[in-house]
Amino acid sequence: MSVLAIINTQNGSATKSGLEAASYTAGLAAQLGTDAVGIVAGPLSSADAIGTTGITRTLHHEGAVQDSGQWAKLAAAAAEAAGATHVVCGHDHFGRAVAPRVAVRINAGLVAGVTHLPEGGTVRKNVFSGKAMADVAVTTDKAVYTVTPNAFGVATDGSTTALEAFSADLGAARETVTGFESASGDGQVPLPEAELVVSAGRGLKGPENWGIVEELATALGATTACSRPVSDIGWRPHHEHVGQTGITIRPNLYIAAGISGAIQHLAGVNQSKTIVVINTDPEAPFFKAADYGIVGDAFEVLPKLTAAAHALDS
Amino acid sequence: MKLLVCMSQAPDTTSRIAFTNDDREFDSNGVQYIVNPYDEWYALVRAIELKEQQGGTVTTITVGGAQCDPTIRKALAIGADDAVRIDSEPTDAMQVARLIAGYANGKGFDVILCGKETIDHNGAVVPAMLAELLDCGFVANATHLDVNGSEASVKREAAGGEENVTVTLPMVLSAAKGMAEQRIPNMRGIMSARTKPLAVEAATAESGSRIERFALPPEKGACKIIDAENAAELIRLLREEAKVI
Ligand SMILES: Cc1cc2nc3c(=O)[nH]c(=O)nc-3n(C[C@H](O)[C@H](O)[C@H](O)COP(=O)(O)OP(=O)(O)OC[C@H]3O[C@@H](n4cnc5c(N)ncnc54)[C@H](O)[C@@H]3O)c2cc1C
Ligand SMILES: Nc1ncnc2c1ncn2[C@@H]1O[C@H](COP(=O)(O)O)[C@@H](O)[C@H]1O
Repeated sequence: MSVLAIINTQNGSATKSGLEAASYTAGLAAQLGTDAVGIVAGPLSSADAIGTTGITRTLHHEGAVQDSGQWAKLAAAAAEAAGATHVVCGHDHFGRAVAPRVAVRINAGLVAGVTHLPEGGTVRKNVFSGKAMADVAVTTDKAVYTVTPNAFGVATDGSTTALEAFSADLGAARETVTGFESASGDGQVPLPEAELVVSAGRGLKGPENWGIVEELATALGATTACSRPVSDIGWRPHHEHVGQTGITIRPNLYIAAGISGAIQHLAGVNQSKTIVVINTDPEAPFFKAADYGIVGDAFEVLPKLTAAAHALDS
Repeated sequence: MKLLVCMSQAPDTTSRIAFTNDDREFDSNGVQYIVNPYDEWYALVRAIELKEQQGGTVTTITVGGAQCDPTIRKALAIGADDAVRIDSEPTDAMQVARLIAGYANGKGFDVILCGKETIDHNGAVVPAMLAELLDCGFVANATHLDVNGSEASVKREAAGGEENVTVTLPMVLSAAKGMAEQRIPNMRGIMSARTKPLAVEAATAESGSRIERFALPPEKGACKIIDAENAAELIRLLREEAKVI
């Protein structure tokens, strides 16, 4: 028996979601008293490319895997070989495409976007865009879980994992990636994975004013985000839009300047660990969801915060 | 071209979220239902645009009870040709995917369009399950779709940007923002929707999980207000008190 982590890689090392899936797997295996096993595909850049999360054994498919259908075949074969009762994957773009296919292949109930280890026969996940949680029971013998980004964190127990060559019949690929367009090319951590986020809304009045938002983000090493109207009118790119119809995030710090705090916006950000709101209107609903607030003009407050952040490091 | 759009119903985004029956059921009292935004704004509208450009049919499919009919009529008013409702109250995504696959199998749909996720369950898993059940290609979080003969060219969200992908048809995709612009049904659409076919079919399928209970997040403590003149104090608190920077 075992718990199997599907560990996605990019440029030869595990992605953050991959490491989170591996960490969750190690925790779950310890809880169940079984082995924690990983499955990884493609070339690896170094021995610790897949972290030291507590996974004892990792099956390694050396050839690259081209699409979600092939990944599902590989992971299902690995689950079979490892006698896995549970399969764990990150709830990122990769996991959303692969994990449901694996669940179908191995006839397992799937709980998408779990935030905690199982407890008392159920596992917790977010529902209603983060406005509530649900405890879900799997009703099949096997289970597949996808882990919400930034919910569980990455474990490091110092132990390395033994790599074992593994292959399976993957069939023909149907999806061919023909190109990649970088969203910003500015080297920011992608929003779903970011631990620090600086976000701004219509209160900034126009795209030409985003310099003060970007400067604070750079000073803190944070990623920038925005409210929906701001991306709808084209002040900021679509991929920065957070909220119910955009990206759901749960960073350690979310700073919102000139955003009113509409319920659909809050839905995407209210699970952030610490929320800071900067708004000229003391009645802005966002203050009710905030940990720290400044009633003031973003055009004056943001540069002050940037200066103070720089002062921290000197 | 035969296009199938999977449409679910969801509580309006401003709904108050509450639970009844010992926190076992969603309290739908006074809740207004809408078409799940991703399904309506992106999947449905792109399917209609493709049909307008290249010819073909757009069918919508919904797994749910009769309470879904008004939202299905809205999709017909926006421009779908016909609709199917599988009369079942699903307990999880696996059951939904199996019911839709059971309907679609062998009917020759070229592209099956879903939304990227339902805003109530936030699973984002029905589409990929459907792809596996129908044994076809799949693209998650697609922001662009063009169909050329037996192939589709698609853009999808990926870490740090967008990927261009070519997929052999038939395929399933889940649609995200960027794929199309929301359309408001006009009077003619609303009138013609009344007479478009809405077939109700009975079917059953196994599920793989069940929600045991719901919980609401703990209330936030009071917000600590810092004087705007003294903004640097906030940075100190974030480091020393909240310990996040
Ligand atoms: C179905 C549906 C889905 C939606 N999904 C989303 C979503 O995913 N994400 C999202 O963000 N929205 C979403 N919305 C929109 C949402 O309802 C709000 O309209 C939107 O979040 C408001 O954006 P905003 O706060 O930037 O702008 P506004 O509501 O216009 O607020 C601007 C704020 O800036 C403040 N301000 C003005 N000047 C200054 C200044 N100089 N300094 C500091 N503060 C200032 C004002 O006091 C105000 O509070 C959705 C709506 C619907 C109906
Ligand atoms: N009951 C349903 N009926 C029809 N389509 C559905 C249903 N539930 C989910 N879907 C489709 O699957 C997508 C993703 O749903 P989910 O996996 O529940 O987040 C939705 O955007 C719909 O396109």
